[in-house]
Amino acid sequence: MEDMILYNRLQFAFTITFHYLFPQLTMGLSLMIVYFKWKFLRTNNILYNDASKFWMKIFALNFAMGVVTGIPMEFQFGTNWAKFSELTGGIIGQTLAMEGMFSFFLESSFLGMFIFGEKLLGHKLHFLSGLLVFIGSWASGYLILATHSWMQHPVGYEILENGKFVLNNFSALFTNPWLLPSYLHNQAGSLVTSAFFVSAVGAFYLLSNIHREYGQVFLKTGIVFGLIASIAVAFPTGDMLAKNVVKHQPATFAAMEGIFETEKGGSEIILIGQPDMENKKLDNKIAVPNVLSFLTYQRWHATIKGLNEFDEDIHPTNVPGLYYSYHIMAGLGTIFIGVMVIAAFLLWRKKLYQTKWILWILMFMIPFPYIANTAGWYTAELGRQPWLVFNLMRMVDGVSPTVSSGNTLFTLLGFVGLYILLGLLFLMLVLKIIRKGPETNLALKS
Amino acid sequence: MEMFWYIILVFMLGMYVVLDGYDFGAGIVHLLFAKTDDERAAIRNSIGPFWDANEVWLIASGGVLFFAFPTLYASAFSGFYLPLMMVLWFLIFRAIGLELRGQIHNRLWEKFWEKAFGIASLFLAIFFGAALGNVVRGVNLGMVENGLSTQEPQYFFLQLWNPTLDPLAEVHGIIDWFTILLGVVSVITLTIHGSNWIILKTSTDLNRRLKGIIFKLNIALVLLVIGTAALWQYVKPFPLNNLIGHAWLWIFPLIAGIGLIGQFWIKKFKKDGMGFLFSTLFILGSFATTVASLFPNVLPSTNSVNPSLTIYNVAAHEYGLSVGFNWFVIAFLLVVIYFIIQFRVFKGKLDDVGGH
Repeated sequence: MEDMILYNRLQFAFTITFHYLFPQLTMGLSLMIVYFKWKFLRTNNILYNDASKFWMKIFALNFAMGVVTGIPMEFQFGTNWAKFSELTGGIIGQTLAMEGMFSFFLESSFLGMFIFGEKLLGHKLHFLSGLLVFIGSWASGYLILATHSWMQHPVGYEILENGKFVLNNFSALFTNPWLLPSYLHNQAGSLVTSAFFVSAVGAFYLLSNIHREYGQVFLKTGIVFGLIASIAVAFPTGDMLAKNVVKHQPATFAAMEGIFETEKGGSEIILIGQPDMENKKLDNKIAVPNVLSFLTYQRWHATIKGLNEFDEDIHPTNVPGLYYSYHIMAGLGTIFIGVMVIAAFLLWRKKLYQTKWILWILMFMIPFPYIANTAGWYTAELGRQPWLVFNLMRMVDGVSPTVSSGNTLFTLLGFVGLYILLGLLFLMLVLKIIRKGPETNLALKS
Repeated sequence: MEMFWYIILVFMLGMYVVLDGYDFGAGIVHLLFAKTDDERAAIRNSIGPFWDANEVWLIASGGVLFFAFPTLYASAFSGFYLPLMMVLWFLIFRAIGLELRGQIHNRLWEKFWEKAFGIASLFLAIFFGAALGNVVRGVNLGMVENGLSTQEPQYFFLQLWNPTLDPLAEVHGIIDWFTILLGVVSVITLTIHGSNWIILKTSTDLNRRLKGIIFKLNIALVLLVIGTAALWQYVKPFPLNNLIGHAWLWIFPLIAGIGLIGQFWIKKFKKDGMGFLFSTLFILGSFATTVASLFPNVLPSTNSVNPSLTIYNVAAHEYGLSVGFNWFVIAFLLVVIYFIIQFRVFKGKLDDVGGH
């Protein structure tokens, strides 16, 4: 049974982690592509149309990867977590089915038109099809976050005698207090990834002295989007979400922050340290007194409950994993704000394109938003465990009863092999598209 | 409400089989019958703007199944674990075969992904036929051994095969001679269907050859359908009881028959879309016949200890099903609009749509 749960968890974690590398770029990028196309329609500057088409190529490749790695996600609820699906399907199936019906059809129909249809449609309709792809991808995120929020903070349900969760209030799924903060936080995170990606490509072009005019467009746009998104991730969205966690999942909050003991007179904020689970304390810590109390309750001396005060039975399954995920996310998030503020300042002073060191930094930032987004999701998921449905259903009660651990390991290995291949191909192709750079089509200029 | 969602689910799966079915068929033709690079390019262009949206019918059907019939979703997906995972892998290869081929202009690269696309399409066609065979034959619900359930009555797990490949063995597998036979029927049906799509959407020399191929394959298909129907009786006695009780249900086998026989006039059709119409009728008619003959069962039990899964004992609770009705109607109207727009934008022949 232990192995069964372990392999099922590993498979889900591996496939969802890999999958979310793609949507986190496409959701933000779709907005930026629509912006480029809109800017072209307004200014008639062909550079912006070329930019939108260039990013569309990268979008299309990412989208295809997102689709093929996304289908296994929907299947795995049933294949690996059958008991969970059986008992809660009437509720989470609702939002997942809506995702298929409302967003996937929209995205896939109009993506084809956006890629194949510029000549057939004309610029205005082409812009419209891009806009619809953007709406579809953000609607998809919304419905996934609605599903996720229900698992974090179940609402609008009742539990029947046979253990089944049934929905008794549809609109509660969408007014769930967990939903809005986590959706906005997630979308801002996605914009961070795409904005850093776009500016990194711009920096690469300037540093290698190729496609200079496009490099400047990418940097300008990427930094404006990046500055707004990096700040929005922390405040207000991250702040709203943290307040939700402290209110509804206080043990998770304590573990995230690395607070083992309740401190009377206010809790410190931990910057660095390693949780020592054997002795229930934090080693080698660097901390700033009272800041956590202030950030959480706006009072310097507010008391925050430490992890040791909660029953061990409801402690998050993997406290150090949760603590590190959260700290990696928050630490990187702070760095993102710093980088973007400096870059935006230099852009404003018209010095950015000549300042090599900041271009180097921007170029090398590419992997970090991916890491931060992934760490953020690990924080959310590890924070909920041992629960599948918070406080109501444990992981051990959700796995498929008839799928043996050997079969799960077999398919896990299959996914690992296949996804390594996919990842390598993706990197190779995306680098090729970037090196080739945007192409201008003079025929479309008029 | 169960009935409404049952009809919706069957309709959506039918849409999926018809739409992605022609993609698989096109993949098989691409693998086996296309001779020149121009022909292969035309085939890929004919499905290029569509395959992704077609695959969404599978995802959306999965979503509706999950939401409206969670117990069936949980039971079937965990029970058919191994073949489903392989379907996922083949779907990945089909998709990346199509999407990655054009990214690098190198003969070996292109050849490799063309084969990946073709072979994945072929295997998917076999799998979907075999899947239908498994549902028809039924499964050992509750994993009964010696008259006792070893699992909850709605769960099971199927091995890929047992050494005898006998569909009536006590412990059967996914693959037996009956399900393989349905796999072959599925491959031929979808090859004809995909050929008809290619004829409709392209204009290379391949099309004339394809008409000859369709004609020959259709002869084989008629024989196989008659043979399968006879063996069906052997594997699952009295399959037509439902139809005998409800005369109007004969419309489905009738539609299938019209589609099957009509295909023989393939060389005479004046309009390129006629063949596609007939293969669509055959697919929908035979799919509906199968589903109707099982009703109200959705997954029959092969043992006498545990009851079959029916639409009534696997459905979600009433409130969720009724509230879902409201959003579904809106979403469905939107989907219809998207499809009309999509087909109008990409109407006619697509030989040189470009992009792939």
